[in-house]
Amino acid sequence: MIRTYALLAWAWTRAAAQYRVSFALMTAGAFVIGGLDIAVIWIIFANTGSLAGFGLTEVMFLYGASELAFALADLLFGSVDRISQQIRAGTLDVMLIRPASPWVQMATDRFTPHRIGRAVQAGTVLGIGLARLDIPLTRAWMVPVMVVSGIVIFAALFTLGGALQFLLTDATEVASAFTYGGAMLNQYPLSVYDARIVRGLTFVLPLAFVNWQPGLYVLGRPDPLGLPSWTGLLSPAAALALAAVAALAWRAGIRRYRSTGS
Amino acid sequence: MILGHGAAVSLYPRLAWYGFRRHATYWAAALAGAFTNTVFGVLRAYVLIALWQARPGLGGYDVAGVVTYTFLTQACIGPMQLFGGGLDLPQRIRTGDVALDLVRPASLQLWCLSEDLGRAAYLFVARGAPPTLLGALLFGIVAPHAPAAFLASVALGVVVSFGWRYIVALATCWVMDDRGLAVFSLVVTTFFSGLMLPLAIFPGWFGSLARALPWSAMAQVPADVYLGTAGPARALAFQAMWAAVLLALGALMTGAARRKVVIQGG
Amino acid sequence: MIEADGLGRTFTVRRRVVHAVRDLTFRVAAGEFVACLGPNGAGKSTTIKMLTGILTPTSGRVRVAGLDPSRRRTALARRIGVVFGQRTTLWWDLPLRDSLELVRLLYKVDRKMFRERLDEMCDLLDLGGFLGTPVRQLSLGQRMRGDITAALLHDPAVLVLDEPTIGLDVVSKAEVRAFLRRLNSERGTTVLLTTHDLGDVERLCRRVLLIDHGRLAFDGTVEGLRATAPGRASIEDVVADLYLRSRTTPRTPPAPRPAADEPSGTA
Repeated sequence: MIRTYALLAWAWTRAAAQYRVSFALMTAGAFVIGGLDIAVIWIIFANTGSLAGFGLTEVMFLYGASELAFALADLLFGSVDRISQQIRAGTLDVMLIRPASPWVQMATDRFTPHRIGRAVQAGTVLGIGLARLDIPLTRAWMVPVMVVSGIVIFAALFTLGGALQFLLTDATEVASAFTYGGAMLNQYPLSVYDARIVRGLTFVLPLAFVNWQPGLYVLGRPDPLGLPSWTGLLSPAAALALAAVAALAWRAGIRRYRSTGS
Repeated sequence: MILGHGAAVSLYPRLAWYGFRRHATYWAAALAGAFTNTVFGVLRAYVLIALWQARPGLGGYDVAGVVTYTFLTQACIGPMQLFGGGLDLPQRIRTGDVALDLVRPASLQLWCLSEDLGRAAYLFVARGAPPTLLGALLFGIVAPHAPAAFLASVALGVVVSFGWRYIVALATCWVMDDRGLAVFSLVVTTFFSGLMLPLAIFPGWFGSLARALPWSAMAQVPADVYLGTAGPARALAFQAMWAAVLLALGALMTGAARRKVVIQGG
Repeated sequence: MIEADGLGRTFTVRRRVVHAVRDLTFRVAAGEFVACLGPNGAGKSTTIKMLTGILTPTSGRVRVAGLDPSRRRTALARRIGVVFGQRTTLWWDLPLRDSLELVRLLYKVDRKMFRERLDEMCDLLDLGGFLGTPVRQLSLGQRMRGDITAALLHDPAVLVLDEPTIGLDVVSKAEVRAFLRRLNSERGTTVLLTTHDLGDVERLCRRVLLIDHGRLAFDGTVEGLRATAPGRASIEDVVADLYLRSRTTPRTPPAPRPAADEPSGTA
């Protein structure tokens, strides 16, 4: 599976390299779009010293962790939620006759490394945040764990979004509400949102395990909802549970696939 | 085909009607877009409420005002095409079909504008109403300060948005890479329209600049007219000024494109 | 090699159940060359897609090379080759040679066998001149030859082709036909193709499956098909007769096609 992934990703990278100018512009574009979110955080903190009980450094840490996970998930698996385009163009048929998983073929479809720019940027913000926070090693080990769990959670969301498109071929934007919406949600401390939403994000759609719960653990701060501090350590379990659901949904989607006219 | 005076008068309204009808066939896509716009509206609203709780009255808005602002600007995404697109022109330039459009005895710019107004009218309802209504249900939004002026401001905003997107589309004639241009347009439009944050809280000279640029006419200004945080007369004049400037620039570019395509043969 | 028993597929279009294919039963033995005919929307493509694992049947049973296509999709992919006349399985922006190399790696064909196969195909299909050309710049005839090569690199026991001669000029058509005939007679590869071109049928196939309204309307030899309408000069007239006769009963609409291009804009 990893071999097939590398093989196809490399093929698409070579194909994209044929269009050098486009490649350079897209890389710059991805970098600037990521920069907009940072600009918004900068403007917010130019107007206030704390947002829902969190200071700029803590928000940088939370933003950086979630955005890094999202950017890497998007780079590696983001194409999965473009499946309705493949369905319409009939190219999913071609993927289904190859001896490789259609999910891997989807994930690598039109793979271009230019989206790495956003990950670099998020990583930088995370690094600055961490450097200023002075977190003891006894809790800092959780940072890489939460980023990896976050990648799995977002990859599962992209897959769920893709699976949804087998049902809603004409309404693909619904999927962006979950994927890109999920990324935007985690850019700010979840204490910004209504407690009912945060409970939903903890117990139903486990987005709180991307950066909020593990982030609280790393920061050594109590959960406003009163959950114990070890809740954050459950991130890998939450990620695997969501991945399992996504895998089932994807299989169901492939079985329901209707193909196009001819 | 020679267009008489009477034909020209009925041609453009008819094109607008076709634009409306064509987009109405994609109602599922419009509903999906409205759903996504609403979800993002809810997320943005919470972040801004947190900011306004820390700084009440910031930028001249109260909490109810900023919630209203959020959902109104989300409602603008569809009709104003804040993420770009909405025109067939880039596609037609890429395939070379634009040569056929340019030799028609009708203005290409007016042709596209008519279709775009039809599109915007449909999306104003299909993608504008759901976020506004849901925002009202979930958070409560304030009533319009000057309803007639608000509608005029939305209409002018669509014209400014068209003027900008038409220029970007036509630039494809000279810059071969339309994807790069699209990304550039997306970045400046989302940021400087006031979609991400009210431009009133952008600090210092950066804020003054952002408020003077044409993109503010696409979301910030209509929302301000609705809320009464901007005087209608001044706001509408500002939008009309940018509409005229961008349309004039577009007309100049159309002429240049016609010379390039017709004389050099593409 | 191919066994279909009571095979059926329904689609739900606007809450109405449409039978694209129903109760299809046939066998294709190893080494046969079979054409699948039928008017537009008759269910040919749906059948082909169920045989290749793209669509999951809603009723009946199907086995290709001893495997259930929708359950053992990847295993089946290694045993069969599939060619779509209307779309390519190659990578648009890569030179044909690189596309084929990628197919080799995907199918895990060893290097020596790959070289042999490719040399053979270069010979038979005259690929030499355009192996270095990006697929997007190939003519339709060249692209089709590239696609056939890609489908045969792993030496499949069955080759399934969906309208392989569509849009080809007379010369390309003749080349493709000559190649398929050789493949079938010399290597013994089982070939199943769908077509609207009755020239394909007359020149290539011993056996014809005629699908209409999602049902098997005729299964027999080309001569047998001709005998259904004695006095008709050409096979074309015979088939046109058959299609026309069945037009009195309502036709199943084609499988649903989602809206082409929606207006863009996200988030």
